Amino acid sequence: MAVAAAIARTRNLFAAVALGGIYSFCMALALLVLDAPDVSMTEAAVGAGVSTVLLLGALYLTRIEETPNHRIALTPLLVSVVAGATLLYGAWALPPFGDPAGPIHQHVAPRYLNDVVKETGVPNVVTAVLASYRGFDTFGETVVVLTGGLGVLLLLRGRRRPLSKGTAPIGKDAT
Amino acid sequence: MDIVIAQFSNTVTVILMVLGLYVVLARGNLIKKLIGLSIFQTSVYLLYVGPGKIIGGTAPIIAEGFDVYSNPLPHVLMLTAIVVGVATLALGLAITVRIHEAYGTIEEDEILKKDGDA
Repeated sequence: MAVAAAIARTRNLFAAVALGGIYSFCMALALLVLDAPDVSMTEAAVGAGVSTVLLLGALYLTRIEETPNHRIALTPLLVSVVAGATLLYGAWALPPFGDPAGPIHQHVAPRYLNDVVKETGVPNVVTAVLASYRGFDTFGETVVVLTGGLGVLLLLRGRRRPLSKGTAPIGKDAT
Repeated sequence: MDIVIAQFSNTVTVILMVLGLYVVLARGNLIKKLIGLSIFQTSVYLLYVGPGKIIGGTAPIIAEGFDVYSNPLPHVLMLTAIVVGVATLALGLAITVRIHEAYGTIEEDEILKKDGDA
């Protein structure tokens, strides 16, 4: 949380990216404590690794300092505080943390936990659900990633060619 | 005091979520906005994985000697969310780079000003 607050404060984007890496790593540790080793490993590799590399690459292609902005952003602050208060009010009515009688543990999950070894032979339930029961969803996920990669390629292809300066922006031609 | 401990996970989630929301709304720099979006996203991971934990439970890998496992379904969902999240982040950064080429800046207000001048 402190790291996230520092990210919000700092103006140097390089520092923000470095703090983002630290933040992702803290998040990975928190997920590990919450019994989610698979998610934790993915977060450490993707959040702290790949995301940081991508952000650094984008910084290299743009610029590293954020323009200081002295006006106080009152409306976003207000919106955030109101949204936060509402969410907290709602969150405190949720079932207590770590309670095995919570509604989340009553359906679907016990069925997976009981039958997964019998049905798939994979002891890691997360892997079994991801690759076996929900194989098509995972396929869809890879399609999303492919689409994202294609979009990046299309956006950055041929960007060495300088943009013609004199042309009017799109939309002005019609008038 | 009990309720504070019982809802600690959710409280942290909400604080991170609001912090990410604030960064997205208040900061004009496009890369900073994307970092804020990532913070928001990680708060959603906590939102899902937090309630799946059972105190005294262990990671959902079936093994001899363990009876109580944490809920595996949020983990599956969040694995997908992380991977999709990095894809959207990459796409957003690519758009930012293109905007920087077209406008020479990645500050929102400067971009809007240039649009007004044109």
